[in-house]
Amino acid sequence: MDDLVAARLQMAISLGWHIVFACIGMTMPVLMAFSEWKWLRTGKQVYIDVAKAWSKGVAIFFAVGAVSGTVLSFELGLLFPGFMKHAGAIIGMPFSWEGTAFFVEAIALGIFLYGWDRLNKWAHWLSGVVVGISGVMSGIFVVSANAWMNSPAGFTWQNGKAINIDPVAAMFNDAWFSQALHMTLAAFVATSFAVAGVHAFLLLKNRTNAFHRTAVRIALSFGAVAAFLQPISGDISAKDIAERQPAKLAALEALYHTSQPADLIIGGIPNNETQEVDYAIHIPAMLSFLAHGDFDAKVTGLDKFPEAERPPVLVTHFAFQIMVACGFLLAFAGLLYFIFSARWQAVLEKKWWLTFIACLTPLGFIAVEAGWTVTEVGRQPWIIYGVMKTEDAVSPIPGLQFSFYMITGIYLLLTLILIWLMRRQIATVPTYYPSARNINE
Amino acid sequence: MLQLIIIILGVAFILYTLLGGADFGAGIVETFAGRKGEKTISKAIAPVWEANHVWLILAIVILFTAFPLVYSTISIALHIPLMIVLIGIVLRGSSFTFRHYDVAHGITHKYYTAFFQISSFMTPVFLGITLGAMILGDISVENTGSFYGLYVQPWFNIFCLVMGLFTASLFGYIAAVFLISEATYPVEQERYIRLSKMFLLLTFVMGLLVFTTAELKNHHLFDAFFNSRLSIAAFSAVILLIPFILYLFRHPHTLYLRAAIGLQVTLVMLGWFAIQFPILVYERHGHHLTFYNTQAPAATLYQLLIALFAGLLLIIPSFYFLFKVFKINNGQNSSLRQTRH
Ligand code: HDD
Ligand code: HEM
Ligand code: HEM
Repeated sequence: MDDLVAARLQMAISLGWHIVFACIGMTMPVLMAFSEWKWLRTGKQVYIDVAKAWSKGVAIFFAVGAVSGTVLSFELGLLFPGFMKHAGAIIGMPFSWEGTAFFVEAIALGIFLYGWDRLNKWAHWLSGVVVGISGVMSGIFVVSANAWMNSPAGFTWQNGKAINIDPVAAMFNDAWFSQALHMTLAAFVATSFAVAGVHAFLLLKNRTNAFHRTAVRIALSFGAVAAFLQPISGDISAKDIAERQPAKLAALEALYHTSQPADLIIGGIPNNETQEVDYAIHIPAMLSFLAHGDFDAKVTGLDKFPEAERPPVLVTHFAFQIMVACGFLLAFAGLLYFIFSARWQAVLEKKWWLTFIACLTPLGFIAVEAGWTVTEVGRQPWIIYGVMKTEDAVSPIPGLQFSFYMITGIYLLLTLILIWLMRRQIATVPTYYPSARNINE
Repeated sequence: MLQLIIIILGVAFILYTLLGGADFGAGIVETFAGRKGEKTISKAIAPVWEANHVWLILAIVILFTAFPLVYSTISIALHIPLMIVLIGIVLRGSSFTFRHYDVAHGITHKYYTAFFQISSFMTPVFLGITLGAMILGDISVENTGSFYGLYVQPWFNIFCLVMGLFTASLFGYIAAVFLISEATYPVEQERYIRLSKMFLLLTFVMGLLVFTTAELKNHHLFDAFFNSRLSIAAFSAVILLIPFILYLFRHPHTLYLRAAIGLQVTLVMLGWFAIQFPILVYERHGHHLTFYNTQAPAATLYQLLIALFAGLLLIIPSFYFLFKVFKINNGQNSSLRQTRH
C-alpha cells in the first residue's frame, strides 16, 4: 500500500471511529438531562432510572471518545505534518476553544456521573446540562476547523506560505455555519435513533416494560425533530457547496457534463470511461433547482475541471446517495412519530412499529459516516481546498501502512469489546432498576 | 504575549505531569499494590482521569497553534515513539474504563488489568523517550538520510531510554504519594508509604542517570545545569524537600503531602526548563527550534490567549468544584466513599 493511501485510510478510520463517540457525547447528555428533568418535575421513578442507566453506558463511550480524540490531535501531525505546519497557526483558534469546551465537559461529566448522591438534585441536573452544552460546542468548534479546509479563509497564500493570518476570519469561514448546523443535527439524529432502536428491540421482548417505553419515547422525540430538520439543513449544505466547491457537488451528483438545466441523478453507477451514469433515474431540471433554487440554472459538471482536480466520483456519489436515503427514511419515521403521538398513541405500542424503529438503529450512524465521506473524499485531491494538495501534506516517513494496520486492528478489537460490554450492561438493567421490572408505570 | 503563552504551556505541562502522571503512575503502582490496591485505585482515578488528561490535549493544541513548526518537526522525526504513546493512551484509557464498568468479574477482568498495567508503564516510558529525543539534539530538520538515521536514531539510544524510565518512575512516585491519602485501611496506607519511598529513591537514581548518560551522548547537561542559577536553585530545593516529605510519610497529612510533592515536581520541571530555555527541540546541525524562531504570527497568539483566558475563567472554578466534590472529602471522611452508583 502506498504511504499516501495508508495515511488517508488511517485518518479516515480514526475519524470515522471517533465521530461515533463524538455524536454520542453530544447527544446523550442532553437526553439524560431531559430525563432527569422529567424526574425532578414529576417525581416518577422511571425517569431517574432511565437517566442513570444511560449514564453508565455513556461513561464508557465518553472515555473511548476522549482517547480516540487524543489520537486525532496527534495524528493530524503524525500523518499530515505539511498541513499542520501551515494550518496550525490559522485554525488553532477553534481547536483551542474546543479544548476549553472539553475541559468543561470532562469536569462536568465527572460531577454528573459520580455525583448522584453527593450533590443537590438540581445542581446535579445542572451539571448534566453543562455537559450537553459543552459537548455540542466542542463539536461546533472542530467542525469549523474542518469547514476551513473546505472553504479556506483568513490568510493569504504567497510563495508556499500563509501570511496575513486572521484566525477569527478563518474560524467563521463561509462553510462553518452550514456544516456545524448539519453536523449537530446529525449527531442528534444518529444517536437518538440508535438509542430508540435498541430500546424498541428490548421492548419487543417485553412489551409492557415501562423503562424501555420511556426510553424509546424520550429518544424518539429528540430524534424525530432533528431528523425532520436534517433534509432542510442538507439542502442548505448542498446550495453552499454548489457555490464554493462545484467539483464536490458535481462528484456527489455524478454530473459529468455541465448542463443547463441539470437533471437530478438518483442511484446508478458512475462510469468514468463513458462519462455516463449507468442505470440511474433522472429527474429533469431538479438539480438546477436544488443547487441554485432555479429550475433553469446552469450547474457545473466535472468536465470543467482538469482530470487531476476531480474527486473520486464513485465513492462520493455512492456515499451521498446512502446519506440522503437514510436521511429521508429517518425523516419519514420522524413524521410518522409526530402523527401517531398526536392522533393514534396506540400505534406506538404496536409490534410492527417497534420492529420498524428497531430496524432503524444503525441508519443514522451510517448516514453520518457516509456524509463525512462525501465531505472529505469530495474535497480530494485537496487537503486545503484550492490551496494545498493532500499529497503535499503527507508525512515523508515511509512505512505508514504499519501504523494504519495497527490502529485498524486496535479499533476493531475495541469495537468488538464495546459491543460485547454494552450487551452485558443492558443485561443487568433489570437487576439495578426497579422500573425495568415493573409491568405497569 | 509570547511570554504568557509560554507560561500557560508550561503550566499545562506541569499539571499534566502531576495529574495525568498520577493517573498513569497509579497503573504502575497497582502492579505492586495487590488486590486491594485495584479497588482503591479505580475509585480514586475514575472521576478525574478524563479531566486530568485534557491538560495533554491543551498542551498539544497550544503547541500546534503557537509553535506549529515544533509540532510538525517532532511529528515527523519522532513518529514512531509518538505512535506508541498514542496506542498506550488508547489502551490504557479503554482498558481502565472497561474494567471499571464491566459488570462481572472473571477472565476478562484479568485481561483488562494486564492491558491497563502494561500500557500505564509503556506510555510514560515513550513520553519520556520523546522528550529525551527533543533534548538530545539528534533530530534532523532536513529530510535527507537513511530511515534509521532520520526516524530511529534520534530516540533509540541509552539517554532517551533512561529519560523514559525516569518519567515512569516519577509518575509512579507521584501516584504512590497521592494514593497514601486514598487508602482505606492502615495496612494499605503503609504499603503506599513504602512504595512512595521506593519510587522516590528510584526517581532520584534515574535522575542522576539522566545526567550521566547525557554525558555519554556528548550532551552536556551538567555544564548547562551549573551555568543556570535558576536550575541550581530549583534542584537544590527539590533535594531539600526530601527530608520534609520523609517526615510527612510518618505523619501523613493529605494536603501537605500533596502540596509537597506538587512543589517538588514543579521545581524539577522548572529546573529543567531553565536549562532548556528557549529551546524546544535541539537539532543535529544546530538549527535548534526555539520559542522565538517558531512562533506563530501575533494575530494567532492574541486569539489563542483570548481562548485560553476565557477557558481558564471557566476551568479553574469547575476544577475546584470537581476536586471539592470528590477529592477533598475523601481524605477525612471515608464513609462518603461507599456511595457509588
Ligand atoms: C444523520 C446523519 C445525516 C443525515 C440524515 C443527512 N446528512 Fe448530510 N451530512 C452528514 C450527516 C447527515 C454529516 C456526516 O454530518 C456531514 C459531513 C460533514 C457535515 O457537515 O455533515 C454531511 C454532509 C453533507 C453534505 C456535504 C457538506 C459539505 O461538504 O460541506 C451535503 C451536501 C449533505 N450532507 C446533504 C444532505 C442532504 C440533502 C440530506 C437529506 C436528507 C442529508 N445530508 C442527510
Ligand atoms: C469525524 C468525522 C470525519 C470523518 C469520518 C472524516 C473522514 C475522512 C476521510 C474519509 C478522509 C480521507 C479522504 C481521502 O483522502 O480520500 C479524511 C481526511 C482528512 N480529514 Fe476528515 N473526516 C472527519 C472530520 C474531520 C475534521 C473535523 C477534520 C479537521 C478538523 C478533518 C481533517 C482531515 C484531514 C487533515 C484529512 C487528511 C487529508 C485529506 O485526505 O484531505 N476531518 N477524513
Ligand atoms: C466532526 C468531527 C468531530 C466532532 C463532531 C467531535 C466532537 C467531539 C466531542 C463531542 C467530544 C467529547 C467527548 C465525547 O463525547 O466522547 C470529542 C472528544 C475529543 N475530540 Fe473530537 N470531534 C470531531 C473531530 C475531532 C478531531 C478532528 C480532533 C482532533 C484533531 C478531535 C479531538 C478530540 C479530542 C482531543 C477529544 C477528547 C477530549 C476529552 O478528553 O474529553 N475531534 N470530540
